[in-house]
Amino acid sequence: MTELGSIGKSVRRKEDYRFITGQGHYTDDINRPGQAHAYFLRSPHAFARIKSIDISAASAKPGVVAIYTGKDMAADKVGGLICGWTVKGKDGQPHKAPRHDAIAVECVRHVGDQVAVVIAETYAQAKDAAEAIEVDYEVLKPAIDLRDALKPGAPQVHADAPGNLCYDWDFGDKAATDAAFAKAAHVTRVELLNNRLSPNPMEPRSAVAEYDRGTDMTTVYVTSQNPHVLRLILCAFVFGLPEHKVRVVAPDVGGGFGSKIFNYPEETVAFWAARKLRRPVKWTSDRSEAFLTDAHGRDHYTIAHLAMDKDGKFLGLKVDTLANMGAYLSTFASAVPTYLYALLLAGQYTTPAIYAEVKAVFTNTAPVDAYRGAGRPEATYVVERIVEAAARELKLDPAELRRRNFIAADAFPYQTPVACVYDSGQYALTLSEAQKMIDYAGFPARKAASAKQGKLRGIGISCYIEACGIAPSAVVGSLGAGVGLWESAKIRFNPTGSVCVYTGSHSHGQGHETTFAQLVSDKLGVPIDQVEVVHGDTAQIPMGMGTYGSRSLAVGGSAISKAADKLIEKGKKIAAHLMEASPADVSYGNGVFSVAGTDKSVPMAAVAFTAYVPHNYPADLEPGFEETAFYDPANFTFPSGCHIAEVEIDPDTGITKIANWVAVDDFGNVINPMIVEGQVHGGIAQGVGQALLEGVVYDTESGQLLTGSFLDYTMPRADDLPSYNVAMTHTPCPHNPLGVKGCGEAGAIAAPAALMNAITDALGTEAIQMPATPLKVWQTIQSHKPALAAE
Amino acid sequence: MYEFNYHRPTSLAEASKLLAGAADGKFVAGGQTLLPTLKQRLAAPSDLIDLGGIAELQGIKVDGGSVSIGAGTRHGVVAKSAEVAKAIPALAKLAGGIGDAQVRNMGTIGGSLANNDPAADYPAAVLGLNATIHTNKRTIAADDYFKGMFETALEDGEIIVKVTFPIPKRAGYVKFPNPASRYVMVGAMVAETASGIRVAINGAAPCVFRHKEMEAALAKSFSADALKGIKTDPKTMNNDIHASAEYRAHLVGVIAKRAVLAAG
Repeated sequence: MTELGSIGKSVRRKEDYRFITGQGHYTDDINRPGQAHAYFLRSPHAFARIKSIDISAASAKPGVVAIYTGKDMAADKVGGLICGWTVKGKDGQPHKAPRHDAIAVECVRHVGDQVAVVIAETYAQAKDAAEAIEVDYEVLKPAIDLRDALKPGAPQVHADAPGNLCYDWDFGDKAATDAAFAKAAHVTRVELLNNRLSPNPMEPRSAVAEYDRGTDMTTVYVTSQNPHVLRLILCAFVFGLPEHKVRVVAPDVGGGFGSKIFNYPEETVAFWAARKLRRPVKWTSDRSEAFLTDAHGRDHYTIAHLAMDKDGKFLGLKVDTLANMGAYLSTFASAVPTYLYALLLAGQYTTPAIYAEVKAVFTNTAPVDAYRGAGRPEATYVVERIVEAAARELKLDPAELRRRNFIAADAFPYQTPVACVYDSGQYALTLSEAQKMIDYAGFPARKAASAKQGKLRGIGISCYIEACGIAPSAVVGSLGAGVGLWESAKIRFNPTGSVCVYTGSHSHGQGHETTFAQLVSDKLGVPIDQVEVVHGDTAQIPMGMGTYGSRSLAVGGSAISKAADKLIEKGKKIAAHLMEASPADVSYGNGVFSVAGTDKSVPMAAVAFTAYVPHNYPADLEPGFEETAFYDPANFTFPSGCHIAEVEIDPDTGITKIANWVAVDDFGNVINPMIVEGQVHGGIAQGVGQALLEGVVYDTESGQLLTGSFLDYTMPRADDLPSYNVAMTHTPCPHNPLGVKGCGEAGAIAAPAALMNAITDALGTEAIQMPATPLKVWQTIQSHKPALAAE
Repeated sequence: MYEFNYHRPTSLAEASKLLAGAADGKFVAGGQTLLPTLKQRLAAPSDLIDLGGIAELQGIKVDGGSVSIGAGTRHGVVAKSAEVAKAIPALAKLAGGIGDAQVRNMGTIGGSLANNDPAADYPAAVLGLNATIHTNKRTIAADDYFKGMFETALEDGEIIVKVTFPIPKRAGYVKFPNPASRYVMVGAMVAETASGIRVAINGAAPCVFRHKEMEAALAKSFSADALKGIKTDPKTMNNDIHASAEYRAHLVGVIAKRAVLAAG
């Protein structure tokens, strides 16, 4: 029997037994009787008009069941893929969301765009047949580079998005910000590229769709972070089907990082084809397809200005950003560089006036959408890079400049000029803890020691903030979201005392089966091994919104907590009856109901049993011991913290070695410190990947993907990463029942700025963009000649 | 992958006969380049003739002045060979740094040399250590073997049987791996051999090459300082998203110096 009261303990992950022993059950592990296999013929061109498609030879190939093109889907009146968040531009008009067909009809708009699908008895047969499809393209000059795409005369990706402009949006008080700049003693300017990233979850995307003629039910097993949201999109927008006849199952999912939030063409086609053919259809992406078609992340170009008074007090911040949307507007793409970005531009500071302008741009590249952090890493990168640059210009210690501008610990709740009301935080504390951990004061000596070895040493701070626990439904609704962002939970006691928890959150690596079990165990006094967490199946769980934006514990966990409270309330009535006491006199704690001032008590399991075998039971009470709760947060949560990176650069090779990394994060209360630290480690790894290694590169003329495999796309490996020194402060979230804030994205948000601040410190110039590869570092050294370059 | 006929001969003669009889046959050794190529459908041989069953291609022999390595010997075997480590430590180190453990457990020296990928490790060892390639038809000196990017002196159907490395007085191998693939972006094998100083540069150019200017400088003084000021022409270098030609040319100098230091 596991001991109770596990909150705050590093309980081993329950789910790891099946994952580590190869017994996880992923979508590609699912095979249905009579299943056929889909393979997509994809565009070899970035931009081309489809003049004709000849499937006659391909159709005659062995094993071919059907070959469909976009015209076949159009004939069946299948809707286009949607963007679920409407952003209105400066002119008050909604963004341009050109039609996104699951299979291209007239034009292909990026390399990898779907041209046709072959469905065959085997995957190999489908692939063989696809090679025999003859497509006659009229190849067009593509718009690839983000800035070039906005220039007059640039190729037009969509006729109904003139100038390739999706929207021209702004946020904040322009007049107040202009006024702040007018009285500034000093203005710092930075120009920043936030590189495009390929999500690369270990498990590629996959879908198995099946139609049951007898029940008229369509089931799709799919790699999704939010099965109910996907069902809603498929039913209400793409196919016009009633939701009760569609079941979406997201079984074990091997990583998402945001990329599995979205509705993709391939699962849509599998769904449609399975209904049309009346047999199951399976599609699994290979790694090359994943590089070409998984929604990418980031890809911003930003110019920012920070106005300060003579003492370095921030007066105003102006941010001008171009955001690449790729060829089509993905499910939540519009929200990422707007509401998930500009609203975080206050950072941890009291900057009184902020104004941001964002132009979203279509290009002939893969769609870009949310990727771990989604907008907030971009905001932190702008704020923390410009603050660091300002400190250098003012010849102030960057830590000191930050301290002069921090929102004070006693100033919460704090209304920023960009809509957010920060709930809590201790920014000076996380900074000073991090400084202690890295021996900030000892850095000059370490820099001198490195210099003696001919090495360039640098240190960089990143004090990040993020808005997590997404989100109060009314707030996001007022900002254009098409959905509410509450979460659901159902807790069902079984008659013999074990518990099933049905959550609308979805775990694809986060460890919910353990964290949520700890939460339920602690609240209801049930041993952890008696708690089963069920997620990912619309036929089993209550309507739920899924996992992204570090929301699962803050929103989903709060829903579980509420459902548990309901059970406790009902349990008090049952226990009172059993103890012949008044419910008002019954108290509950540690799994036991008792009557104050007596030795009478009833354990939770006895109450649950009584509810199902109600022989001796309150007359006016329903039997059964199961409660459902929905939780809509009152506010976002605002995790924050400070990461400091220290690097040593070899000027001969341009190689950056991370000499030390400290992270002091404040996620509020923590249920499982091991899982939280793991999230921090993984997040930093992705942040280091972005800053040092990763970058999607397209040929700017042809639009061919140059980083189409791991031979050219540099994923971080273990030896690229430092040993992390991770610590936490705990400032509880004041507005959710658990006091938790969310931890899944923090590392990826904090890390790039810390690392680039360290590298620019070492190099003595701001003129280097991510990823700071050895090539770029060396080139920067050649052009800027820092004091110590050895040769 | 397209379908092909698979053969596993047990003698060189049988292997040659199978190749001659195939419409478009290919030898496969460890398959570390060929199999990914087949999986990507970038090659479609009619027949694959697996050389792994030919006993004559296996084994390492060290005698007197040389180390002889059978063409079918896997990188991991060379890396872990105490004899190789004793005779030519730089060669054992080179083998131990190829790819990852899985690659080293499959890839063979003969396969690597027959493929002659510009970013492979073994070509630097063969050229830098002045090895001799023994085939089923003849012997080929290292200086005559490497002809260009993925090009060698091997004729159609010619099979590498073994490679003989004369034991150098000293040798050092250092590489700068491509950050993404970890193949060689710039590598240098520097050796003091019976036939003089040799500096073989791999990864940097379309084909492994000897850096004659460096060899001359090291012949005068075998020290890293001796290489100071020696430039490599960027026009001869590869250029890609990971390393410009100028950067590679610069790295040739840096890595060669480190190889000299490694040689001791």
